[in-house]
Amino acid sequence: MSTNRKLDAKIPGGPLALKWERHKMDNPLVAPGGNRRKFTVIVVGTGLAGGGAAATMGELGYNVLNFCIQDTPRRAHSVAAQGGINAAKDYQNDGDSIERLFYDTIKGGDYRSREANVYRLAELSTGIIDQCVAMGVPFAREYGGTLANRSFGGVQVSRTFYARGQTGQQLLLGVYSALSRQVQAGTVKMFPRYEMLDLVLVDGRARGIIARDLTTGEIKRYAADAVVLATGGYSPVYYLSTNAVNCNATAIWRAHRRGALFSNPCYTQIHPTAVPHMGDYQSKLSLMSESLRNDGRVWVPKKPGETRRPSDIPEAERDYYLERRYPAFGNLVPRDIAARAAKVECDAGKHAYMSPYSVYLDFGDAIQRLGRDVVADRYGNLFSMYEEIIGDNPYQVPMMIYPAPHYTMGGLWVDYNLQATIEGLFVAGEANFSDHGANRLGASALMQGLADGYFVVPRVVASYLAGAKLQAVKTDHPAFAAVENDVRGLIGRLLAIKGHRTVREIHWDLGRIMWDKVGMARDAAGLKEAIARIGELRGQFWHELALSGTDADLNKQLEQAARLADYLELGELMARDALMREESCGGHFRNEHQTPDGEAKRDDANFCFVSAWEYTGENREPVMHREHLAFENVELKTRSYK
Amino acid sequence: MSDKGMTIHLKIWRQARGAKTGKFVDYTVQNIQPAMSFLEMLDILNEDLVKKGEEAVEFDSDCREGICGTCGLVIKGTAHGPHAATTTCEVRMRGFKDGETITVEPFRAGPFPVIKDLVVDRTAFDRIQQQGGYVSANVGSAPDGNAVPVSKYYADKAMDVASCIGCGACVAACPNASASLFVSAKISQLSRLPQGGLERGRRALAMVAQMDQEGFGDCSNHGECEAVCPKEISIENIALMRREYMRGALKGD
Ligand SMILES: Cc1cc2nc3c(=O)[nH]c(=O)nc-3n(C[C@H](O)[C@H](O)[C@H](O)COP(=O)(O)OP(=O)(O)OC[C@H]3O[C@@H](n4cnc5c(N)ncnc54)[C@H](O)[C@@H]3O)c2cc1C
Ligand code: FES
Repeated sequence: MSTNRKLDAKIPGGPLALKWERHKMDNPLVAPGGNRRKFTVIVVGTGLAGGGAAATMGELGYNVLNFCIQDTPRRAHSVAAQGGINAAKDYQNDGDSIERLFYDTIKGGDYRSREANVYRLAELSTGIIDQCVAMGVPFAREYGGTLANRSFGGVQVSRTFYARGQTGQQLLLGVYSALSRQVQAGTVKMFPRYEMLDLVLVDGRARGIIARDLTTGEIKRYAADAVVLATGGYSPVYYLSTNAVNCNATAIWRAHRRGALFSNPCYTQIHPTAVPHMGDYQSKLSLMSESLRNDGRVWVPKKPGETRRPSDIPEAERDYYLERRYPAFGNLVPRDIAARAAKVECDAGKHAYMSPYSVYLDFGDAIQRLGRDVVADRYGNLFSMYEEIIGDNPYQVPMMIYPAPHYTMGGLWVDYNLQATIEGLFVAGEANFSDHGANRLGASALMQGLADGYFVVPRVVASYLAGAKLQAVKTDHPAFAAVENDVRGLIGRLLAIKGHRTVREIHWDLGRIMWDKVGMARDAAGLKEAIARIGELRGQFWHELALSGTDADLNKQLEQAARLADYLELGELMARDALMREESCGGHFRNEHQTPDGEAKRDDANFCFVSAWEYTGENREPVMHREHLAFENVELKTRSYK
Repeated sequence: MSDKGMTIHLKIWRQARGAKTGKFVDYTVQNIQPAMSFLEMLDILNEDLVKKGEEAVEFDSDCREGICGTCGLVIKGTAHGPHAATTTCEVRMRGFKDGETITVEPFRAGPFPVIKDLVVDRTAFDRIQQQGGYVSANVGSAPDGNAVPVSKYYADKAMDVASCIGCGACVAACPNASASLFVSAKISQLSRLPQGGLERGRRALAMVAQMDQEGFGDCSNHGECEAVCPKEISIENIALMRREYMRGALKGD
C-alpha cells in the first residue's frame, strides 16, 4: 500500500554550495551561557555520531545526557572501522575537490541520495580532519610530517586519511577524549550499560526516553527538550555480519513504532571482503579491510568445481574476474559490484577450494613487486588477524574471502535538519538514511558520523530549541508512565514464554532467510517467501523462546531477545521494501532487473524516490510514503566502472 | 578428537550480582570445533544452560575481533589466555586439547569490582581519562590539518600506544593491580604530539592522582602487564610517564 503524505525535506533554497552557510544564517541560535544550560538534550549512542554530538553540545554549554550499551563510551562500534575516512582536502594535488567528493558519493550511492545532504557532507569533510588532528588523533604521516592518504574503492583520487588499520578506533578515541573532558566539566552526564527501550512523546514531540539499566535491570525515565538517536547500524538482522554482537535496531525501531517513518530498509551493504562463513557455530564474520584491494588481486579458478589448492593452479587457469570485467577500476570497483561479482562466480561453481562460498584475494604479485616488508607494513595486522581465524598464512597462501553484511544505508527518515517525522527527534550517523543512497562508498561512514556529530547535530538541534517554545516536561508526566508500562509489558511477555528454543537459534533462522532471500540478489518470489517465513518465525519466537534468569539482573540473553523481537519485524519490512522496489540500484539487486551482461538496471522514471514506511501495528501491513529525489546539479547516468 | 569435535571441561567463576564472592562451577561442553572461538564455545555452553532452565554465564563481548576491548577473561590463569598479543575474543579452540580442563575467571582487581560472574566494572578507567586524557580543543577551533607538521617517527610512536583498547588486562595481570601501563599509554601518546604537548604536565599529575585515588597499586616493574597486553604496549611508557609526572611536578605545566 502506498499513499502520498507530504514529506518535506526542508532543503534550503539557493545554490547547492551555499545552502548550508545560508541555512546557518537563517536559523535561530541560542545565546551562550545560562540560556543553553536550561536545555536538556538526550543523545543515545556514543559512536562517532552520538559521542561527537554529545561532546560538542556539551562544549557549547547544553545539558547533555548520553547513553550507551557498552560499559564505556569508548567501545561503540565505530571503534571497529579499519580502513579510513574521506575528506576533500586535495593534499595530494590529484584533482580532488568538494565538488568531486560530492559527485563520487552521489554516483557511488547510485543516484538514490539527496543532493543537498551529500553536498553538505562533502563540504564538512575537511573540517573533520582538522578537528581530529587538533585532538591528537595520530593519523598516518609522510616523512615530511604531512598527513598521508590512500585510495579506496569507487574513486580515482587519494583522499582517504587513516591510522594504520585502526582508523575508527583512533577517531572514536578522539571523540571519547572530548566526551571525557565534558563529563569532567559537568556538561555531559554519561549512562554506560544502559539501553534505550522506548521513546516518549508529549504533545507529538519527542520529550524523553525509557531506558533499562543493564546492570540492575531497573527501568528508568529520562526527560529532555530534544532526543538524538545515533544508535548505529543493524546488519545483525542477518545474524552473521561484520558488526559487533550488540549492534541493534531497537532504538530506531521503537521510535518507528511511535511514528517515525523508516526509509529505504532494503538498501544494505554486503561488503566484498570478509572472512567466509565456515560453520554454524560462527558468531561473526570478521572484515578484511577494503584497503586490501589496493594491492591484492581477486580471482577464482576458471574450472568449475576445481579442487586443487591455489598454489597448484597455473596462472592461465585463473580468472581475475574483476580486472576482466571492469578494466578501468579493476579490483577497486565499488563494494556492491565486487560483492555481486563474487557471488556470480561462486554460483557458477568457481570458488576457493575450502568453501563453495569463497574467492581468492592474492598478494603474491604485491609481495614480488613491493617486497614482503612493505606488504607487512600496510596490512600486517589484517594478515595476522586472518591467520588467527582461518589458520592459513596469507603471505604464502592467498586469502579466502566472501561478501558479508556490513552496513545499512536505510534508517529513520530525516529532513535536511536530521529531524525525523517526529518533532524534536533527531537521527544521526548510520541510524538515519540520509547520505549514502543505495550504496555507501568506503571511508564515508566515518565521515558522515563525525560530520553529523561535530557539526550538523549541534547546529540543527540548537535552532530547534531556539524556535520550538517548549513547555517544561518532567518524568512524572503521564506519557512517561504509559510508555514505561509498555516496556515492562514487553519484558514480562518475553520472560513468560518459557519455550525451548534459544535466542541464538531463532536469530540464526532469521539470518538464513535474510541472507538467502533478502541478500545480494533478490527476486519477487523469494521476497514473498521471506515475508511469509519471517511472519511464521515471529510466531514461533513468541511461543518457543527460551530464557532464563530474571529481569531484575544483568541478563544478556534477555537483552538479545528484545533486540531479536525488533529484528523479526524489521526483517520483514526490509523484504517488503525490496519487493516494492522494482529496479536494481546499488546494494539492492533484483534479478528481474539487470542488463544482458548482468549489471544493475535502474529505473529512474519510476523509482527515483526515497521510500518512507509508516508503522501501522503489530502484524499489520505498513504504509509507504515517498520523497521524490530531485537532481538539479548532477545528471542521472548509468553507473559505469568498466 | 572424534568427528564430533572436542570435549572441554570448564571451571567457571560464578558470582551473583551484589554478592561479595563466588565459586568455581564445573561444566562440560561437547562437539567443540577447533576453528571456534573461545567465546563461541561459551555461547554454546550458555545455550545448553538456558535450555536446562539454568542461568547463563554472564561475560562481556562486543566486536569479537580484538578491537573494542569489551571482552576480558582470565583463561588458564592468564589474562586473555595463553596466546600473546590476542584478546579473549580472538582465542581459538584449536589451541586447546580434547578433554582438557580450562579455568575461566574474571579480570580480578580491587578497582574492578565483579558485577556478575565474569563481568567486571572498569569505569575507574573512564574516571582517570576524565582527569586529563584529552587535548582541550573545542570543535570549531582547529587550524588546517597540515598546519603543524608531525614527524613520522613521533606519529608512529604515538600510534603504537594509542592502539590501547582499554581492556584492563594489564591491571588483572599485575600483582599490585597497577594501572600504570594503561595510564602511561595515554600520557605518552599525547605528550609525543605537538597538539597534546601543551597540557602535558597538568595531564600527568591529574591522571596519576586519579589512578591512585581509584585504588590501583604502584608499579614495581614486574612486567606482567606488557606480557598480556593484546596490543603489545611497551613498559617503556611507564618510565616516560614517570618523567612526565616529574616534569609536571617541577615545572607546573
Ligand atoms: C568492521 C567494520 C569496519 C568499518 N570500516 C569503516 C571504514 O574504514 N571507514 C568508514 O567510513 N566506515 C567504516 N565502517 C562503518 C562505520 O564504522 C560505521 O558506520 C560508523 O562508525 C557508525 O557510527 P555511528 O556513530 O552511527 O554508530 P556506532 O558507532 O555503531 O554507535 C552506536 C552507539 O549507539 C549505542 N546504542 C545502540 N542502541 C542503543 C540503545 N538502544 N540504547 C542505548 N545505546 C544504544 C551503542 O552503544 C553505541 O554507543 C566499518 C564498519 C564495520 C562494522
Ligand atoms: S569483544 Fe571486542 S576486543 Fe574482544
